[in-house]
Amino acid sequence: MTQGIVVQDLDKHFGSFQAVKQVSFQAEGGKITALLGPSGSGKSTVLRMIAGLERPDAGRIWVDGEEQTSKSPQERRLGFVFQHYALFRHMTVRQNVAFGLAVRKAPKSEQRARVGELLDLVGLGPFEDRYPDQLSGGQRQRVALARALAPRPKVLLLDEPFGALDARVRQELRRWLDDLHRELGVTSLLVTHDQEEALELAGEVVVMRQGGVEQIGSPEEIYNKPSTPFVAAFVGASNVLRGTIWEGHVHFGRSAVAGAHRFDDGLEAQAYVRPHDVRITRQAGDMSFEVTVERRTNLGWMSKLVLRLKDGQMLVAELPNEEIEGVRAGNRVFADLRNAKVFTVGGTELTSGEELTKV
Amino acid sequence: MSISATTSSARPSRVQGRSRFFLIAVALAYVGLLLLAPIAGIVWTVIDGGSGVVRRSLAAPDVRHAFLLTGVITVMAVIVTAVFGVAVAMVLTRDRFPGRRLMSAIVDLPLAVSPVIVGLMAVLLFGRGGWFEPFFTARGIQIIFALPSMVLVTVFICIPFVVREVVPVLEEVGIEEVEAARTLGASPTQTFFRITLPTIRWGLLYGVALTAARSLGEIGAVLIVSGTIQGHTETATLYIFRALEERQEASGYFVALVLAAGSIVLLTAIELFKRKRVRERSR
Repeated sequence: MTQGIVVQDLDKHFGSFQAVKQVSFQAEGGKITALLGPSGSGKSTVLRMIAGLERPDAGRIWVDGEEQTSKSPQERRLGFVFQHYALFRHMTVRQNVAFGLAVRKAPKSEQRARVGELLDLVGLGPFEDRYPDQLSGGQRQRVALARALAPRPKVLLLDEPFGALDARVRQELRRWLDDLHRELGVTSLLVTHDQEEALELAGEVVVMRQGGVEQIGSPEEIYNKPSTPFVAAFVGASNVLRGTIWEGHVHFGRSAVAGAHRFDDGLEAQAYVRPHDVRITRQAGDMSFEVTVERRTNLGWMSKLVLRLKDGQMLVAELPNEEIEGVRAGNRVFADLRNAKVFTVGGTELTSGEELTKV
Repeated sequence: MSISATTSSARPSRVQGRSRFFLIAVALAYVGLLLLAPIAGIVWTVIDGGSGVVRRSLAAPDVRHAFLLTGVITVMAVIVTAVFGVAVAMVLTRDRFPGRRLMSAIVDLPLAVSPVIVGLMAVLLFGRGGWFEPFFTARGIQIIFALPSMVLVTVFICIPFVVREVVPVLEEVGIEEVEAARTLGASPTQTFFRITLPTIRWGLLYGVALTAARSLGEIGAVLIVSGTIQGHTETATLYIFRALEERQEASGYFVALVLAAGSIVLLTAIELFKRKRVRERSR
C-alpha cells in the first residue's frame, strides 16, 4: 500500500480547452509536495480533481492506496484549504472549525475538545466567538486550516493558500505552516505559482505548464538541474542569452559561456543564467567578456545591474554591494557567467549536471 | 422641514434652497395624496360605520370565506415560489447549460405581462377545449373556477420575486463555501440546509414577503380564472369588488382595511429584510 497521493494519467477538458493533460505524479506520505506553475497551468484543476470537486475525463487517483476516482468529495474526507478562505460567513470561528465534525455527527463533547485543541494549535483560541468578517486575512486562513484539519483528513490539499495575503503575512504564515507540518506530519499537496514558496516548503516539486507535468524533482533538482527551458526560466529569474554552440561553449558575438559539451557544434542554443550567477570584474579574466553597465539599482545590501553585451543582448546581474563598489552606469566591466543551463533551440535536451558545475 | 433641509446641507445657494423646498413639497404631496389619503379614507369610513360594521362583516360567512381563501392562496403561492424559486436561482447561478440566459429572461416575464392576460392563458390551457382540459376532466379534477387555477395564476405572477432576490446573493457569495462544506464531509442536503439556506435567508425572506404582498392584493388574473363564485372562489379582493357593486360599501371597506393592514405589516418586514440582506452582502 502506497502512502500519500498517487495520480495517474489525469485528463480534464473545459469545453474544447484541455486544462489537464496526462498528469501523473506521487505525493509522498507525510511530506509536503508542491504543484508549481503559472496561472492557467492546470495545477488547481488537478488539486480539485483530487478533492473530488472536479470530475476527471480520464485517469485515476489513489490516496493511501485507496482508489478515489469515482468517490464524491464527501466520501473522500480530504482537507481542502481555499485561496479565499471560503469560511462560512454566518458561523463563528468555533462553528466553522466544528463543521466537519458536526456533519459527521461526532458527539458534542468530542467536537468541543477537538475544536479547542485546533484553535490552540493555530493560536486563535481568544477569537472563537468572532465571525469571519471580524478577522484579518491571515487569521481567516488559519481558521480555514484548522477547519480542514479538524476531521483528521488523510491528506491536506492547499490551493494557493497564501495567494490573497500581503507579502509580510505570507512570509509569516509560510513559516508557521512549515512548523505545523513538522508537528502534524500530514501528507500535504500545495498548489502555488510562487516558486519561492514551493522551494521553501516542499520536499518535492511538480512543475506544471499548459496542463502537463514539466518536471518532477526535489527543490534542489528543480532549481539547479531544470530539465526544460521553461523550468529554468520559471524557477528563479533567469537571463536568456541566444547564441551558437562551438566547442562546448555558447558563443554570442565575441563572448562565450560554457555548459554545452553535450551538443554538436553549430547548433542554435539558449543559455539560462541566474542573476546571482553573474560575476563582475574590473580586469579581463580567462572566461570573462566585456559588458557595459546600463543601469544600477540599489536594493539595500545588493544591487541590480543591467548590462549590455557587445552584440546588444541584455543581462541582469544581482551582486552584493561590496563586490561592485564604484561600478556605475556607463562603466565598462567584465562579466563572468557561472552555472549556465544550455538548451538547444527547438530541442529540449539538456546538459548533464557535471558539465554545469565547472565554468 | 424645509429649514432643516436647507441648513443641514453645506451652504446651499438661494435658488438651490428654494428648488429643494419645492421638491420636498412635491414629494410629500405625491406620497400624501396618492398613498396616505386613500388609507386614511378607508380607516375613516370603517370607524364612521362603528363597531357594528366590524362585527357584522366578521360574522358574514362570505367575508370569512374570502379571507380564508386569500390566506390559503397566499400561503400556497409563498411555499411554491419559495421552493421552486430557490431551485431556479441555484440552477441559474451554479450551472452552465444551453438556454440558461433564455431561462433567466423568461423568469421576468410575469413582471411584463398583465395579470388579466395571465388569467386568460390559464383559461386557454385548462378551460373548456384547452390543451390540458381533457386530462384533468377525465380524472374528475376541476382546475378552472376552482382553487388550483387561482393558486396557479398567483404563483405564475409571483415567480420573479424570490428568484430575483436570491440570484444576486448566490452570485455574490460564490460557490466556494459550498465546496468547502462538501470537502468537510457534508452531504448535498446538509450543505443546502447548513450553508446555502442560511446564506440566502434574508434575500429569500424579502422575496417571500414580496410574494405574500402581491398574493394578498392580486385580483386581475384571479378574477378571470375563479368565476367569482360567492363563498366558494371569492377571494378578499374579489369580495371588495362585489361589495362595492352591490352597495355594501361598509363591509367592503372593512375587508380593504384588513388587507391594507396586512400589506403594511409585510412592507415593514420587507424593509427589515432588505436592510439585513444589504448588510449580509456587504460582508
